[in-house]
Amino acid sequence: MSQPTALPVSDSLKNAVIRLAGYSQDGIQSIGAFLAQLAGSTAQDVMTYMTIPSTISGGPSIFQVHLGSGKVLHPGDEADTLVAFYQDSYQNHLSSLRDGGICFYDSDKVEEITEERGIIHIGVPFTSATIEAIGGTAKDRGKNIFVLGVLCAVYKLDREEITKIISKKFGGKSEDILRNAMLAFDAGYLWPVHDIDHMPMAPGENAEEKRLSTDGNTMLAMGLIAGGCRYGAGYPITPWTTIMEQLRSELPKYGGMFIQCEDELAAVSLAIGAAYAGHLAITGSSGPGLALKAEAIGYASMAELPLIVVNIQRGGPSTGMPTSVEQSDLMQAIYGSHGDAPRVVLAPRNVEDCFYTAVEACRIARKYSTPVVILSDQAIATRIEAFPEPDLEKHWDDVDLDLDERGVDFKPYPIDQLTRHSPPGSRSTEGKYPVVTGLEHDEWGHPSGNPENHAAMTAKRRNKLVNLAESLPRPEIFGDDTGDILLVGWGSTYGPIREATGKLRDAGHKVGALHIRHIHPLRVDLGELFENFSHVLVPEMNDSGVYGMGQLTTLLRAVTCDPKIKSINKTMGITFRVQEIVDAATHTLKS
Amino acid sequence: MTLPEEKLTKKQLKADHPTWCPGCGDFAVLASFFNVVQKLGIPHEKIVCVAGIGCSSRFPYFVNTHGIHFIHGRALPLATGISLSRPDLHVFVFGGDGDGFSIGGNHLNHAARKNVNLSYVVMDNQVYGLTKNQTSPTTPIGRRSKTDPRGSVDRPINPMAQLVASGATFIARTHAAQVKHMNEMFERAILHPGFAVVETLSECTMFFPGAFDSGNPRKGGAFNLVDETKRNMECTAEAMQLAEETEIMLPGKFGVYLESRRPTKNELENEWLKDAQAKVADLKPRDLLRQKFAAMR
Ligand SMILES: Cc1ncc(C[n+]2csc(CCOP(=O)(O)OP(=O)(O)O)c2C)c(N)n1
Ligand code: SF4
Ligand SMILES: [Mg+2]
Repeated sequence: MSQPTALPVSDSLKNAVIRLAGYSQDGIQSIGAFLAQLAGSTAQDVMTYMTIPSTISGGPSIFQVHLGSGKVLHPGDEADTLVAFYQDSYQNHLSSLRDGGICFYDSDKVEEITEERGIIHIGVPFTSATIEAIGGTAKDRGKNIFVLGVLCAVYKLDREEITKIISKKFGGKSEDILRNAMLAFDAGYLWPVHDIDHMPMAPGENAEEKRLSTDGNTMLAMGLIAGGCRYGAGYPITPWTTIMEQLRSELPKYGGMFIQCEDELAAVSLAIGAAYAGHLAITGSSGPGLALKAEAIGYASMAELPLIVVNIQRGGPSTGMPTSVEQSDLMQAIYGSHGDAPRVVLAPRNVEDCFYTAVEACRIARKYSTPVVILSDQAIATRIEAFPEPDLEKHWDDVDLDLDERGVDFKPYPIDQLTRHSPPGSRSTEGKYPVVTGLEHDEWGHPSGNPENHAAMTAKRRNKLVNLAESLPRPEIFGDDTGDILLVGWGSTYGPIREATGKLRDAGHKVGALHIRHIHPLRVDLGELFENFSHVLVPEMNDSGVYGMGQLTTLLRAVTCDPKIKSINKTMGITFRVQEIVDAATHTLKS
Repeated sequence: MTLPEEKLTKKQLKADHPTWCPGCGDFAVLASFFNVVQKLGIPHEKIVCVAGIGCSSRFPYFVNTHGIHFIHGRALPLATGISLSRPDLHVFVFGGDGDGFSIGGNHLNHAARKNVNLSYVVMDNQVYGLTKNQTSPTTPIGRRSKTDPRGSVDRPINPMAQLVASGATFIARTHAAQVKHMNEMFERAILHPGFAVVETLSECTMFFPGAFDSGNPRKGGAFNLVDETKRNMECTAEAMQLAEETEIMLPGKFGVYLESRRPTKNELENEWLKDAQAKVADLKPRDLLRQKFAAMR
């Protein structure tokens, strides 16, 4: 091996977008995860983005990491650095590099092609150098760690810290594995890279004491635990599955359990059973599974049982694009059932927010005795971000199983108050026990076909959402609160919209951004916020439909009757690039 | 099962007068349930009656205990949620042949294989009663209904065989006109630790009168009992043979087809729960989550 040479150092970088392109079996996800964890522990911010092949045997896959010394709001429109493991990954992803970007490729596998855009191609024999470093027995294993070493050297990342992270990851396994990983890392770190300057990352500015780095599904599961969910049931479906897997292992420690069922119909039913029994229970799925749960969600709405329903949206309809992202289940989440079946719908905006949204969903479900849908998506579910650790002094609710005796005046469904059930096991002073039912019922829960009663009970179920809407904080506008364009978003478009707002304002436009977390009920006075803008644009990852409007746009139009609300739709199964929103907004301003 | 001193009276257990048609077999099932619950003396507030949708599934309204009337076919998974999350309760599920063997058929397989601790009474009238006379999964071939005006053509399922195949640990068959036998079957089902099913032939006098006369001596039929002394009650092969004989020679045998012991889902889940909690006994739940966060740093 040739001796390393010191590289000249360029100015420090505030942001770096690194795209790793290879095959899922090469462990490119773990390089990304290591980089993300490193960012989290060195006060950097990070957001990752990955594509997963939907076949198990693996296949082309990318992992993109956006590192930043300040805040990172999106996974990066274009890469500054591309790492390509194979010829096809090299050829397919060169276009994702910005002009003048850097491409590291495995010179054992890739033949360089000429490129016009000033891209610097650097061949490094990932495969053979790793074999040489480890001792020739490990075949292809370890070249991901080698590459991690190369990247750490180029970006001058904290070597000591990454070594700690690697030890933590492999330390539990055999000594050989850890030794090989360290050998591969060092070989990469010391590999002489001649054609470029070092590009040190600027020191992280996110100096909160405790920072976590993890994915959205993990934070959603942890939020459910903090919110007091102790029982749940589900059926596997990508990308929801990792929530159920985590709850299955975690809940027993908290005295609860999560059951894998035969299908989604059973899963939602089992959760409703646990809710009826007096617990806060959760079920979840992705689009197709939510459709199967629809009838039972209508029941929970009618019987007024608290229930958390998680839906991790993916590309649909039907099996669609299971490992891609879309925001096309919004209407299903709000209306998917039969009859007038009000329920609450909340959408987290990023990984960190998954935790707080889950805690809030639990509080609302309990207070209003209602189903609450948490509408996340594939992008948030699978990407890694770094953020301050939640303060459990504030964001934690103890569980209580209320089996107190119910007195003579107990009515489960009082017309002018919130519903309170008497779970089985609680005694009744009068000796009369209630039946919880999906039939229309009177205040005592007795089935009733009385027309006035149905009207009154329908209003009771609707009015608790009206009351909830009134108690919600008025969403704040980021940027200008009056001007040319208001960008309105929900869910994972939060980051790109924020970033686009910044760019548009830098370009001299008066632009604001409004993010809606409480999708249903909406605050009815939202329209007042729109009055101060010439245009209201709603970027949504769903189709513009027959009437030329995305799903949130349709709702906002219905609530505000404001025809200036227009959609920017994207149906490619990938997140908005910041530039796409900037372009659409600029186009609107011009026309 | 620990039982209290004070026993319930029928008066305490009775709720609304049943809305079933006069003569409906389900009345006898209700009376039998009252008898058995009275006899066993389960604490009043610990009884939960669960049902899906159908005439028979209206059962919970007619019993003054905690009850839940759910959606069509999903009573078993709902009851599973109650049973697993509240081991202190006695969970009873009631329903019809359509609810249990058709729309809820797969849940039956899985509740049985998981051996969830609950008692399940299927009131099989071989017809859809509530929706007014359509073919059900147990309707005999050739019977005319509103959906089979030329007579049913599909082979009916064999509930006993299905239950044996799916791993239920207590499987019995009784007749709503045979009150003493029904009482005995219900009592044994309730006392059985695990998933206990009693298929009860219960006549729909409105749409399928006389369906079970062949099993009723007062109507000229024969009520033949399973001879438990000659059988290995835990043997699934013997139970399957009995189930097949019943299908071939209706009205077949009444009594317990299978009675075996296998750890319940409740026991298995609780074992995990206890182990998991023992490992973290020194941590408050909130600190447990903090510990989890620490690993994400
Ligand atoms: C999802 C759904 N599909 C269909 C129905 C209509 N439905 C109600 S009860 C029933 C069949 C009842 O038959 P069974 O379970 O045998 O009960 P029985 O009335 O005979 O006691 C049907 C089809 C329904 N309530 N829900
Ligand atoms: S329709 Fe049949 S099953 Fe229903 S109540 Fe009447 S007799 Fe009973
Ligand atoms: Mg029936």
